[in-house]
Formats: sequence, structure tokens, C-alpha cells
Amino acid sequence: MTQQEALFKYTLRLGDNALIQGHRLSEWCSKGPILEEDLALTNIALDNIGLAQAFLKYAAAIEGNDKTEDDLAYKRAERQFYNNQITELPIGDFAVTIAKQLLISTFEVQLFTALSKSTDETIAGIAAKGLKESRYHFVHSRDWCFRLGEGTEVSHAKLQQAFNELWPYTGELFEMVEEDNILLVAGIAADLSELHPIWKATVATVLKEATIQMPEDSYMHTGSRNGIHTEHLGHILAEMQYLQRAYPDATW
Amino acid sequence: MATDTQLDLWEVFIQQKAGGNHTHAGSVHASDKQMALQNARDIYTRRKEGTSIWVIPSQYITASTTEDADMLFDPSDDKLYRHPTFYVMPEGAKQI
Repeated sequence: MTQQEALFKYTLRLGDNALIQGHRLSEWCSKGPILEEDLALTNIALDNIGLAQAFLKYAAAIEGNDKTEDDLAYKRAERQFYNNQITELPIGDFAVTIAKQLLISTFEVQLFTALSKSTDETIAGIAAKGLKESRYHFVHSRDWCFRLGEGTEVSHAKLQQAFNELWPYTGELFEMVEEDNILLVAGIAADLSELHPIWKATVATVLKEATIQMPEDSYMHTGSRNGIHTEHLGHILAEMQYLQRAYPDATW
Repeated sequence: MATDTQLDLWEVFIQQKAGGNHTHAGSVHASDKQMALQNARDIYTRRKEGTSIWVIPSQYITASTTEDADMLFDPSDDKLYRHPTFYVMPEGAKQI
């Protein structure tokens, strides 16, 4: 794998994570528990879509065959997506959405902090913007963890169950593969193994205050680095890509 | 009026420029002050309208009533001298 191929795959992963997470959150539009939270979740969704656009635009430029970010978002097949599986899992109930957002944004804060020092100026620039956004996403989901965890018996039980169910998908966030190692040497990528303990400590602090028991590391799902996904991604793409697939290059 | 079942009501004040006044923007529902700030941020500053936000529980606002408007505001109708309109603007001064 050349450095350029590695950079393409790596940038796709960053873009795909944001795209799929954004798409999932957008499902809350008009279904939020209260109007204010509806707007909050869709705001986070829009932050993610914006980030996806920036990363995929860069990926298209790296690939260099006149493709655009839209081609990458709407015309790739499931096996060509590299988002972490946790992003494609169904939004579930509000507790699942909040637990998932906490796990992901804690990761993103660490990742974008590291990437904002990347030797690749485009990645560093996008990461610096993403860092501001994910710091807010973290605070928003953390505060909701406190409220649900210390709320009623039902809200506590639902949040605990959400963390238990999502935990086996967190190992994948930190997997280092060939493209990571190539780009790490060049000072472009983040060292995910370094981020893991910081991520875990931050999540542990939040869960402790939310009176939620931290799940134990056991079996961890894997595959997304090779384009292997859960059954859910295909359904997302079917909905997201329908128009471009049915009417290629349609414009307003 | 239907009962409001969506958490407590908070009034939102947004400062548009550093150093400027916080002006009333609207209200949000929230169960605590952090949530009120976040909801206000998401609703009233998403197009970059603000540099600072205040949130205040609506219950702490005391408002005058329309019935009292005559008593409160009409007496100032005929007190034109309270406006600084009888001064000559010094040359060169743009604002008084």
C-alpha cells in the first residue's frame, strides 16, 4: 500500500464515520422527546454531515479522478465503506442514542485533538473544526448521561442496558491497521492505541458520576477496517443512496 | 390554555456582540441550567447570532400588567423635557 492509498482509505474512514453517524442522528428529526432536544440532536447530525463533506471532499481530491464528495457518499457499495460499526447501529431509544453519542464523541474529542496536530494540513484543519463540535457533543451527551443515570429507575436501567449493548462495538474504534501504521510514521494519522486509555478513563469518569456500571471488555466486534459491516449499513445506504442510484447525477 | 408538560420554562437572552446588551430572544424548556444553556445555544445561536447567552427561569420574572399600563406609562407622555432635545449639539460630536 502506497502512502497515497493509505491516505485515501484513512480519509474515507474519517468521512464515513461522520456520514453514517450524522445519518443515524438525522432519524431523530421530528421524533425528539421534546422540541428542544429534537433540534439539539439534528444540530449534531448536521455537524457530522458537514464534517463528512469536508473529509470526503479531501478523499475525492486524493483519489484524483474528478470525483466529488457526493460520488463517494452516494455511489460506493457497502463493502467500500470504512465507518466503525457502532455508527451504523440503530438509534434505538433515547438512552441508546445518548450512550452511543457519549462513546463516539469521547473518542472524537481524543481523535481530533491528535489529528489537529497532523502533518497533513487539510486533515489538521478539518480536525480542528471537528474538535470544537465534538467537545460540545460530548458535554451534551455527558449531561444527559447524568440525568438519565440518576433519573428514575427506568431511565437508569435503560441507560445501563444501552451501554452494555454498545460496549462490544467500542474495541473497533481503536484498531490500528496497515493504513494507520503507514500514516503514523509520516505524522499524519493518530496513534489510536495511545488514545484508548484516555478514552476509557474519560468514559469511566462519566459513568461513575451517572451511577452506571462500566461494562467489562470481552468479545469485541470487528470488520469495518475491511469493509465488513453489520446488517444495518445496507439498509442505511439503500435509503441514503436511493435517489442517486435511481436517477444518476440528478440535479435540482 | 393547555398545561405545559415539557419541563420548566426559561427565558433566553443573547448578546450579539462582545460588550453589547443581552437582548431577549425567546424561551426554552429545560430541567436544569446546563440543559437550558445548551437548548438556548441550539435554538437561538445556530446561525451565529450570539457571543454570549443568559438563561433565567421564567418564574423569576415579574412582569407589569396591561391594566397597569395607564398608571405606569402615561404620566411620562407630557414630559418632553426629559429628552435631551433642547441641547445644541457641539460641533464635531457624532453622538450624545
